[in-house]
Amino acid sequence: MGDSNRRDFLRQLFTQSSAKDAPYDINQDELFKKYSNKQSPLGFKRKRAGLSQYTGPWTNEQKLHLLRRTMFGVSPASLASIGSMTMSQTVDALINTAPPNPAPPVNYYENLYPDPTSVPLGATWVNAGYGDGTANYYRELSLKAWWVKNILNQGLSIHEKMTLFWHNHFVCESNVVGFAVAQYRYLNLLRTHALGNFKTFIKEITKEPMMLYYLNGHYNVKNSPDENYARELQELFTVGKGTNLWNEDDVKAAAKVLTGYRVDQGTLTTSFDSTKHETANKQFSAFYNNTVITGQSGANGANELDDLLNMIFAKDQIVAKHLCRKIYRFFVYYDIDTTIENDIISGLATTLINNNWNIKPVLLQLFKSDHFYDTFSMDCYIRTPMDFYLGLARTLNIQIPISTPIEDYWRAHYIFAYHCEQNGMDPGSPPSVSGWPAFYQTPQFHQMWINSDTLPKRMKVNDALFTNYGVWASPNYQVKCDVLAFVQTLSDPADPVAVIDECVLYLLGLTLSQSMKDYFKSILLSGQSQNYYWTNAWNDYINSPGNATFEGIVKGRLQLMLTEMCRLAENHLC
Amino acid sequence: MKRRDFLKMSSMATLAYTLNGVPVHAYGSDGLLAKTRNTNGNILVLIRLSGGNDGLNTLIPLDKYSELSNARSNILIPQSSVLSLNGTTTSGLHPAMTAMRNMYNNGKLNIIQGVSYPDPNFSHFRSSDIMFSASDSATFVDTGWIGRFIDHQFPGAPYAYPDPNFLDPLSIEIGTSVSSMMSGATGLNGLAISNISSFYNIVNGTVDPAPATPAGNELTYIRFISQQTQAYTQVIANAAGLGTNAATYPANNRLAEQLKIVAKLISGGLKTPVYVVNIGGFDTHDNQVDANDHTLGQHADLLKQLSDAIGAFQQDLDMQNLDDKVTGCTFTEFGRRVKSNASEGTDHGSGVPMFVFGSKVNPTIIGTSPNLPASATVNDNVPMQHDFRQVYSTILSDWFSLQPSNVSSILNGQNYNWLPIFKWTVDTPHVEAPAQLSLEQNFPNPFRSHTTIRFSSGRRRCPNSLYDQMGRMLRVLYENEVPAGRFDIGVERNGLPAGQYFYQLQVGSSTKLTKSLLIVD
Repeated sequence: MGDSNRRDFLRQLFTQSSAKDAPYDINQDELFKKYSNKQSPLGFKRKRAGLSQYTGPWTNEQKLHLLRRTMFGVSPASLASIGSMTMSQTVDALINTAPPNPAPPVNYYENLYPDPTSVPLGATWVNAGYGDGTANYYRELSLKAWWVKNILNQGLSIHEKMTLFWHNHFVCESNVVGFAVAQYRYLNLLRTHALGNFKTFIKEITKEPMMLYYLNGHYNVKNSPDENYARELQELFTVGKGTNLWNEDDVKAAAKVLTGYRVDQGTLTTSFDSTKHETANKQFSAFYNNTVITGQSGANGANELDDLLNMIFAKDQIVAKHLCRKIYRFFVYYDIDTTIENDIISGLATTLINNNWNIKPVLLQLFKSDHFYDTFSMDCYIRTPMDFYLGLARTLNIQIPISTPIEDYWRAHYIFAYHCEQNGMDPGSPPSVSGWPAFYQTPQFHQMWINSDTLPKRMKVNDALFTNYGVWASPNYQVKCDVLAFVQTLSDPADPVAVIDECVLYLLGLTLSQSMKDYFKSILLSGQSQNYYWTNAWNDYINSPGNATFEGIVKGRLQLMLTEMCRLAENHLC
Repeated sequence: MKRRDFLKMSSMATLAYTLNGVPVHAYGSDGLLAKTRNTNGNILVLIRLSGGNDGLNTLIPLDKYSELSNARSNILIPQSSVLSLNGTTTSGLHPAMTAMRNMYNNGKLNIIQGVSYPDPNFSHFRSSDIMFSASDSATFVDTGWIGRFIDHQFPGAPYAYPDPNFLDPLSIEIGTSVSSMMSGATGLNGLAISNISSFYNIVNGTVDPAPATPAGNELTYIRFISQQTQAYTQVIANAAGLGTNAATYPANNRLAEQLKIVAKLISGGLKTPVYVVNIGGFDTHDNQVDANDHTLGQHADLLKQLSDAIGAFQQDLDMQNLDDKVTGCTFTEFGRRVKSNASEGTDHGSGVPMFVFGSKVNPTIIGTSPNLPASATVNDNVPMQHDFRQVYSTILSDWFSLQPSNVSSILNGQNYNWLPIFKWTVDTPHVEAPAQLSLEQNFPNPFRSHTTIRFSSGRRRCPNSLYDQMGRMLRVLYENEVPAGRFDIGVERNGLPAGQYFYQLQVGSSTKLTKSLLIVD
């Protein structure tokens, strides 16, 4: 059984074991087929703004738009963190602020399954050996919980979104490799290079143990070259697909260039084994100007990687545009028509090339552009499951107290990842090396996140967050929204008009009409028309701490109002 | 270790995950575990009068008319305009309530006097919450009585439903949101429906128009998926398609529009046991009546809407032969003050009459007309005669056939005295009477002025009631718990005309023993 076949076989096993009750198939989803895009939705033939620097209004509308796209969800605190900064200063801060390295994930599972490598409860497992399958399984949960925690606690920085972007670009599937320590190192590599240099990054990812396992570089040897990585390097990571591009011979030649990289499974280090390296010359096609990469022997064989990348990156316009399209679809909107291709993608690609493949100038240009703040770029992004659940948690001030017992603390974080997975976005395991289809599948793209399987699930978790029971995370812990704490993050919880205005502002992608706002206010007022009924109730609660009745009066009404508001379609957009 | 071993291990780990008992489902509501209890098929329609209804101008105490005149001359309903009710001279209905007067006279309306709760609260919010949760005045309970009833009938609600045994919504509120009355232990056990004529609007009553932008494109897409994936959309659409309305409903009556939807869904076969409809505007602090004609004005308009809507709804059910399984009940957060204020209005009060209607109700007034002070002050309230939870308790036991222990658990662990709201002919599944249960023939029989009834019931509450031949409940003879053994209760004739009567002993919701007696002159 070949490696790719084995992967398919294992994926079937996984599908059967983890979702045996109702395997969902979007191709059988009649509602999705009926209502999703049949063609490019940009029938809105309006000329959209270009890449010149935006000089228009800098109000909450633009600020929240920027924060929503570059981070996960918005909150009064995140808006306040912009302070008096201008648009340009805010974008600079988002792009240039590198968060401190988070402490590594830990053994929270000791009481569920004692770690076979003697990692104690509360200590990190990232330097330990593999252990066994069950320990590895819990470590993978621990890693997802760690990832969730990093996002929930993000500061004013694009770093977490960029890490996710690269995970979708340089895909490795934790489900396929099944080695949490390697996955952790891979995620750390993504974090390290998230705002770095694309070309440097690609050299590092090529030699990363997780990638060598995932795309079979570890098995790519002189006598039986494995073409898996060589293909994806060109097809997905750099050049892209298309006619008159690379051909099958280029895949074979690149595979030979890449022979010899080996992973030491004990230390998880990569080495170059020259005895496994193909030393013959490698001939590439006309697309690559008939380049010949001269075969080298001994340790010098490793230098052929640089030759390969130099050859590929010499197709700079094609490579840069391929990456910039992916950035655009990840941060702005999925539909790229000819105008956007010519005005936006080309401009960003030129910036990338002129800056010698450094990512930051591209992001600075995009997020400072007229185009990014164009009405047609706003509110049209269907929130990914991670955006939805983690953004909601950040907006609603849902916090897992650090004082929570360690097992519950990490399980409470993990449950977010679990629900993302249930919604088709398993952090750490995109469905294939191509990443999540919502970022590439024409013409539906982001609409794939919302279908007859996922939307009811989103609603269910959404509703449960506002119950007194909450969302199950462990036998001892349920995640829920403390609605009273949440409204106290708003400017004036005693004023029902301000409460509704700000809930709409922070929660929903699109604002609401006055009549819709009045309807939500009427829930707070129990159908009465006088605002002071709410004000009095709120003041009673504030002035009588510990009075369960006063607390219950405002809490129950907030729960009902927020349940209804978050059920709106507007809650799935940003 | 080789990579293929990693792979093997990771699939084994998945197995371990489930074997270790860590739930795969985030909710404790695995559909396989959920089992729907048998419902008896009866349907309750709750009508909420939001704002606090002025009971004294709704059911006018004709026998206290001078006290009433002293207390509220500026809003007083003229005695001659009050609609009389068959068989009573003590109370009559507001002149706008002709439809409900006719229902009373035709045996389809029960009225419970002086409904409130100890230590009444005068806040709309708090008193509504008390009515919703069935809590004591001083206790905060964060679930609703209907929510707990649904939890009891449908284990695992709301997340385990619909399931193959019960596809219909567990409860429905007509409107755009559900009230906390439907809050169960783990979620909202109700569905809000605002409109069944438009499939699009079944779930989202009102939505803002989608803009002609990419955002609008995505918004429209999500809305379509949202509406069509709501678990209950299809069954509601089916019921709405199959159902009809036989009666003509009054125009420009928002309550009638809601009850029309309820009748249509019931007619279409929906088995949902509880519906809630709403009519607001009862917070009549000023201009409650027209200064020139007290029979007109805001309150008269509201009562006319209420009465006309209920009348049409009952007629609809009657014409479609659905009346045997539907009963309706009004409630409001409080009554209003005995003494009116200077702006032709009334302020927040306490006791208020409650109406229960349907073919199975006992067509009488339970309780007496309220005691009013000779000259009321602003502090005077209509005194409580019945706890609203007695009504809930009776509905749960007599209408939904629940055992007393379950009724008690739904009502926050309390027991409330039964009320003779429903006729003794209500069809509930009869079970074999326990051995210690007995109801003996009264002696003497026939009798002229006094007789004795002997019964035994063990340690249980055992309402003994007297009915006429029409099934009309005349009197509660005894209703408290008795120890084991046989007991005698005396019955006085007290002006009853000669004829045949029935007396019935009820234990729990389902066990009823009935015998007849004869009064002779």
